[in-house]
Amino acid sequence: MTVRDHAIDRDALTLTFVAEFTAPVERVWQVWADPRQLERWWGPPEWPATFTRHELEPGGEMRYVMTGPDGETSAGWWRMTDVDAPHRLAFDDGFADADGNPVPDMPVTHAEARLEDAGEGTTRMTLVSTFPSLEALNELAQMGMVEGMSSAMAQIDALLAEG
Amino acid sequence: MDALTDDQVDALFRALADRTRRDIVARVIHREQSVSALAERYEMSFAAVQKHVSVLERASLVSKRRRGREQIVTADRDVVQRARAVLDSYEALWRHRADQITALLAED
Repeated sequence: MTVRDHAIDRDALTLTFVAEFTAPVERVWQVWADPRQLERWWGPPEWPATFTRHELEPGGEMRYVMTGPDGETSAGWWRMTDVDAPHRLAFDDGFADADGNPVPDMPVTHAEARLEDAGEGTTRMTLVSTFPSLEALNELAQMGMVEGMSSAMAQIDALLAEG
Repeated sequence: MDALTDDQVDALFRALADRTRRDIVARVIHREQSVSALAERYEMSFAAVQKHVSVLERASLVSKRRRGREQIVTADRDVVQRARAVLDSYEALWRHRADQITALLAED
């Protein structure tokens, strides 16, 4: 996997993440389309996800539960806004209560993934996350949703090193 | 680490949205530099570079002071660190996910 870019949109509250995988587009699409594969990568470290509902179609709903190292759980939902296999999917992503019902006051992020043939059997996946408001972004960041993830370094770090 | 206000996050996003501005931050965090020294590094006018510095200044990422005829730009490391933390959280999550997908694909 090669991380190609990490960018912040000038005006919209979006973060873009681009990665390349050594597999054809149809194969990479399966990591979204097959719930058993999806749950192997969606959860943050030590928070494996289980998808209890998986409807990869426009208007489809997803439900998942992630289980933390101490047995605590965190549930989420997706609402598919666009699905165009095997090249594009878009969805709203929010927090759910223990019964899988969306929690109204929690921030909802919109995500769009695009898969394209990058030649020589590789696929480029571009992921754009759009935040509804600055407040939501701040809240998500402060919730420490990626607490303990120190392995990854941002591009700014690389820039700092280049000095 | 103090949380950022919404206005601060807004300013940081706008400031770091531009490649030149990220580059300026990277350079001045290393050591302070004059606006004219920075301007020599980019294929744009002095005024354009000065404008970028102003955006960074409003986001509190850098500060500017006069030294004789020169304007010296210094980075605020604390604010840069905090900005990094906000942006890192999302990149880190997706980097992890991409690693997991790579591992999954390798099983084929």
